[in-house]
Amino acid sequence: MDMISEDKINSMSSMEKLRFVLDGVKSGNIVVLEGGLTPEEQMKLIELTMTEVNEDFPGIEMSGYPTKRGFLNLRRKTRLTVVGPAKVMRTIKKEKDLISAMISAI
Amino acid sequence: MKSKRRRKGILSRLIDALFFRKKTAKIGIYGPPNAGKTTLANRIIHTFVDENEDIGVSTEIPHETRRAVRRGGIIIDLKSKSVQNQNPTPHSKTEERKSKAKLKLDVVDTPGLATKIDFHEFMAYGLEEEEAKKRAKEATEGVIEAIKWLDDIDGIVLLMDATKDPYTQTNIVIVGNMEARGTPVIIAANKVDLADAAPQRIINAFPQHPVIPISALKGENMEELYEEMARRFR
Ligand SMILES: Nc1nc2c(ncn2[C@@H]2O[C@H](COP(=O)(O)OP(=O)(O)OP(=O)(O)O)[C@@H](O)[C@H]2O)c(=O)[nH]1
Ligand SMILES: [Mg+2]
Repeated sequence: MDMISEDKINSMSSMEKLRFVLDGVKSGNIVVLEGGLTPEEQMKLIELTMTEVNEDFPGIEMSGYPTKRGFLNLRRKTRLTVVGPAKVMRTIKKEKDLISAMISAI
Repeated sequence: MKSKRRRKGILSRLIDALFFRKKTAKIGIYGPPNAGKTTLANRIIHTFVDENEDIGVSTEIPHETRRAVRRGGIIIDLKSKSVQNQNPTPHSKTEERKSKAKLKLDVVDTPGLATKIDFHEFMAYGLEEEEAKKRAKEATEGVIEAIKWLDDIDGIVLLMDATKDPYTQTNIVIVGNMEARGTPVIIAANKVDLADAAPQRIINAFPQHPVIPISALKGENMEELYEEMARRFR
């Protein structure tokens, strides 16, 4: 499991972040990002994933808390995002403030 | 006679220019695979365009739609339809003039969005291995196409299967992106004809957007969806 601090995430560009996450997941890791990915980044991650899906890599499982909204919806604050290989990670229960994931051996 | 008709033409064009937007709104039907997007798109076309025209095929196998398809120039005109809302829900009681709602739009039926596509899943539906792999490849391209289409979309109907857990990351990501872009979203809680449908779960999960329970297959509560579309996508 890779736990990535908010500082490290903030030092990366969007594309670097997505590449970093997807490379980690493709090598079998669960990647936990403190501070999370924005909805736009998550959509880009889905797109990037789809270009790399093949018979051995069916894709990703992604979980996260929705962005919190500030005053007048002007500021959005992303929170934790968890991304893992679809082959080993299953989100079993997901609520606004609770994520339970099951991880099985490959 | 001739000139009279001509004048009428100018008049109605003037009315059109005054009351309807010049640019036709492009409305995307989005959602996870198998939510009923093509079923809904077909129903809209059957009701307002042509009973015999289909935008695409709907089946119980996921990722049936693997190319986005647009049908242009659909006029949702509730005045010409007999609008009877027998059991109005809290959403519908607001506006008086709603039954006169009219909206011109293009409907885009999109491939289901997913974070994973496993060809084994298609084999479980009886497809041969080669066919399943081909379908998986096309499905990945379909997801990318659906995402790319978002750039050209003026509003979305996000369809969810009301018998399933709505709180999935794909649903959250779609909603989050629309909010970031300021694009209007209507959530349709589909398949309410099924006994285990729980539209309330969807309402609880996405309280910031209108949720309309419908059955695209049986045609239940469609008027309320059309009214909401006319209201939001105008
Ligand atoms: N019971 C019930 N079944 C429905 C309803 N709407 C669609 N279905 C069924 O759900 C299945 C999937 O419908 P589609 O319209 O193909 O779904 P889709 O979202 O276009 O699916 P993809 O193109 O694969 O992403 C089909 O078997 C439909 O008959 C509904 O309102 N009620
Ligand atoms: Mg379809």
